[in-house]
Amino acid sequence: MSTENVSAIVEKHSGARGALIAILQDIQSRYGYLPADALKIVAGQTGRTLVDIYGVATFYRAFRLKPRGKHLCSVCLGTACHVRGGPIIAEEFGRVLGSRAGETTADLEFTLETVNCLGACALGPIVVVDGHYFSNVSPVKVKEIVDQARAGLDRVEIKSDQRIFPVEVSCPRCNHGLMDTGHLVDGYPSIRATLSFGREHGWLRLSSLYGSFNLESEYEIPLDTVVNFFCPHCHAELSGALSCPECAAPMVPMIVRGGGIVQICSRRGCKGHLLDLSGIQF
Amino acid sequence: MITLTINGLPVSVDEGATLLEAARGLGFPIPTLCHMDGLTPYGACRLCVVEIGEGAKAKLVSACTYTAENGLKVRTASSRVLRARRMILELLLASCPQSKTVQDLAAAHEVRRQRFRQEYENCFLCGLCARMCAEQMMAGAIGFRGRGDRRSIGTPFDTPAETCRLCGGCMYVCPACQLRCTYTEPEKAICGGCANLSPPCLEKKQFDDMMCYMSPCVACEINKH
Repeated sequence: MSTENVSAIVEKHSGARGALIAILQDIQSRYGYLPADALKIVAGQTGRTLVDIYGVATFYRAFRLKPRGKHLCSVCLGTACHVRGGPIIAEEFGRVLGSRAGETTADLEFTLETVNCLGACALGPIVVVDGHYFSNVSPVKVKEIVDQARAGLDRVEIKSDQRIFPVEVSCPRCNHGLMDTGHLVDGYPSIRATLSFGREHGWLRLSSLYGSFNLESEYEIPLDTVVNFFCPHCHAELSGALSCPECAAPMVPMIVRGGGIVQICSRRGCKGHLLDLSGIQF
Repeated sequence: MITLTINGLPVSVDEGATLLEAARGLGFPIPTLCHMDGLTPYGACRLCVVEIGEGAKAKLVSACTYTAENGLKVRTASSRVLRARRMILELLLASCPQSKTVQDLAAAHEVRRQRFRQEYENCFLCGLCARMCAEQMMAGAIGFRGRGDRRSIGTPFDTPAETCRLCGGCMYVCPACQLRCTYTEPEKAICGGCANLSPPCLEKKQFDDMMCYMSPCVACEINKH
């Protein structure tokens, strides 16, 4: 958590007294929860007491004061699910995960919560994990669901998913190909570039699959860092005029073979990208 | 000036005055729990209910938060008010049966029954301490947290507040806890009747000149003589 980020969020909402909830929402959407230090900064900058802010943060159930796990398990305890054995399911989840309802496991993998109705009473008992609904859950299935979530429910099959396809790119300055057949990422030749951020300077391999955001790099790039990309052949910086539509960081342009330009956001963790294939010849 | 009628007597008060102030100016007693001069009215305990309006439009409002209006007819002791007040007292008594303040009020209002399960809480959630801390002590160290049946008074994150000066103002105004002095170590607290003869506060020399608002503990009282 950085002081500047929180300060910037508070300043964005400066003035209005009613902005407190909006400020807290922004902080939560950035960090996934409300860090204690962030609340102190908010109190200092808005001129309100810390207990006021804490009171608001604890009043609304939407605010969390502890980090949430990677996977969210919501077990329904609404009336219909309750009579069909919801509490047993909740208990079984607690046993399998080793945490109680409303808590996060020590390894920050799972957060277990109980909800009052998910609106699918006929299918009860209902459990929602990472946005995926599981109906007619029995205690035996709980372990299976947890294992599935651990393996990744949102993982897409690279081979079969239509939205993912490989692109071949080259440097917009010298037009040398950036593909590296000797180094595979996601099973396809990777895109090679040189990167620099802060005092670090090293190689970077991006997945050439459009829709995959996997990368490998010489240095671990911290989240939210804006990185400079360089062509490994002409050493020119890969920079364009556009900025990311999602986070306003500079975009990195690359020529797609066959015509067209793909632009990716230079901020680590941001998935902003543009693909312009208007010049492609079929 | 605003003219209104309280129990049939006309009275003129300044604009913005509350019904409680107007009634007390005339000498009509209205019991209160969460009200204190110098703190903003909060209307939490509802003990100061009065009846306003006439006939079918008559309704109960809390006198401490209702500002006087021209031509308003107020009754501070109608049977409906007394009934409501007794019910409120009974409920308050059920939540904090050990509070001397509420016991006295209940006795004065002839509450003879206890129909509700006793909770043995130590807080009415009247907010006196939080208002005292913020408005008179300018500290804002404690306040309400959570909501519903989990609403409670305390410091942020349940850690000692940086802004707290240990003034004791919150305990001084509290109608429920009536804490005896425990310094800052609750395990050394002297409960009523216990003959622990070493006052925990006197061990701490640096607080010798601290103003103490607490009712003296047994040890303090013995030491005085």
